Amino acid sequence: MTAISDSWALTVRDLLRLWRQPWFIFIVLVQPVIWLLLFGELFQRVVDIPGFEGGDYKQYLVPGVLVMTAFFSSGWNGMSTIEDLERGVTDRLLVTPAPRWPLIVGRLGQNMVQALIQSLVIVAMALAIGVSFDGGPLGVAALVLAALLLGTAFAALSNALALVARQEETLIGAVTFLQLPLTFLSTAFMQRDLVPGWVATVADYNPVNWAVEAGREACRSGVDWATVAGYCGLLAAFAIACTVLATRAFAAYQAQV
Amino acid sequence: MIEASELRKGYGEVQAIDGLSFAVAPGTIFGLLGPNGAGKSTTVKVLTTLARPDAGSARVAGHDVLREPANVRRRIGVVAQRSGVDRDLTGRENLRLQGHLQGLRGRALDDRVDHLLERFGLADAARRVARTYSGGMQRRLDIAMGLVHRPEVLFLDEPTTGLDPDVRATMWQEIGRLQADEGLTILLTTHYMEEADRLASQVAIVDRGRVVARGTPTELKASLDGDAVHVELEAASRNGDIQDALRDVAGLSEVLVEGRALHARAADGARAVPAVLAALDAHSVPVATVTVARPSLDDVYLRYAGRSFASAERPDNRQNEGDDK
Repeated sequence: MTAISDSWALTVRDLLRLWRQPWFIFIVLVQPVIWLLLFGELFQRVVDIPGFEGGDYKQYLVPGVLVMTAFFSSGWNGMSTIEDLERGVTDRLLVTPAPRWPLIVGRLGQNMVQALIQSLVIVAMALAIGVSFDGGPLGVAALVLAALLLGTAFAALSNALALVARQEETLIGAVTFLQLPLTFLSTAFMQRDLVPGWVATVADYNPVNWAVEAGREACRSGVDWATVAGYCGLLAAFAIACTVLATRAFAAYQAQV
Repeated sequence: MIEASELRKGYGEVQAIDGLSFAVAPGTIFGLLGPNGAGKSTTVKVLTTLARPDAGSARVAGHDVLREPANVRRRIGVVAQRSGVDRDLTGRENLRLQGHLQGLRGRALDDRVDHLLERFGLADAARRVARTYSGGMQRRLDIAMGLVHRPEVLFLDEPTTGLDPDVRATMWQEIGRLQADEGLTILLTTHYMEEADRLASQVAIVDRGRVVARGTPTELKASLDGDAVHVELEAASRNGDIQDALRDVAGLSEVLVEGRALHARAADGARAVPAVLAALDAHSVPVATVTVARPSLDDVYLRYAGRSFASAERPDNRQNEGDDK
């Protein structure tokens, strides 16, 4: 119980820090809208490709953009950890009796709140431009859940890397290196049977794709809940593994101080 | 209250602490004195459970730092060299978070935070983010955060480094009060001789990761007989030449030359000075200034470390410890 309340106290701390950066909040909220409108316009003729199912690309795109937004912003979660390391805040936290995992989970909590707000903005925007969520409110909830689980996993990885590398440049390099390839090696923008075979094969092992597939299934009419649950289960396991890894990374950091 | 025994820790090639031992009695201020890179911060990191030693053992507030780190953490307050204040939170938020992580809740937390804000003169600034604080205010907040859970032992790693002289004097009063009023045991590291002299009842002088001398400041100074003679030469001179020149000056010992600085001890400083000047003049060594003083901790360091404090702080002589290790 104590550790959970410690986690929450640290989540509140990170949310307060975020709240005091109005420009950052503005970007966080506006960027997903830009993705949605920009990609929607740019790729609208995709529906004309023979074999593409459904008549409206925006309809197809929404789950992909929602997942991509959570994935993109989560990658930067470790930047706060690097700042804490540089400022001596991490050292101070490490010599309190609090266990290590709330130090990670607290930060993941902030990331989750941020990704949740971004997701709701996208859902609202999608409804405004005439996209329908045929899986109903429960489907939307499942889509958001898949995005949050994916975000949590990559936020944890970002923190793990931050603790091991302890350098902004390394983290920025790794995040930018992974973001676009992992997004495009998924069905976020293109239907599975229209991408090359090898891309489809790689996508099967790509957590970003798990979230996209789960989300898109949950937005269909006549949702196959078993598929959604299967992907979400995989994502949850992945997120837990990444969180454990990030907690362990404190030991790696402490071996170097 | 603190027992460190044969602690060793290295970073790659560099042996930051190399068989360091000392003990601190309850309710006293103990000063670890030495230049940057002597191993003071590494010692604090080991004693506060942040870093693991390669060898040796330590007990703090009755608990082993390696076997029972959680018990140690509950009983110690740490004010590290790097602040540890979250600059984007207000003073009150910083204190509340720290108190929360130390297990304080509800009324107890509110009261303690209010008390500390008042006590350290931060009540008016409590609602401002720490980014807007002056250096002295941030340092006071740091100390308040270290005290939030009423620790038995407080570690202060270079608490006045980087502060203005008048702020430093206020900080000294504050630290003295902590020990006098609240009976805290304080381990203080510093590279200011004056600070150790003023605050600590026991001092250990650390050089290259080892304790080279220990005792009360008075004892350490008394261990040097006579006066300290410091001569500033017009130009850098070879050690051998100076040694030759001063060999026959009566009552002069421990002659050491570092560039333009010449240090020596004399049984009677006032009497030795004319003889020293005459001898240097006879060997055509021009002199810029001469001072004679009762021994300071600086001189004690010179005696036990075999080099002056200033030269130990020069980068080429420093162990690669840096301020952040």
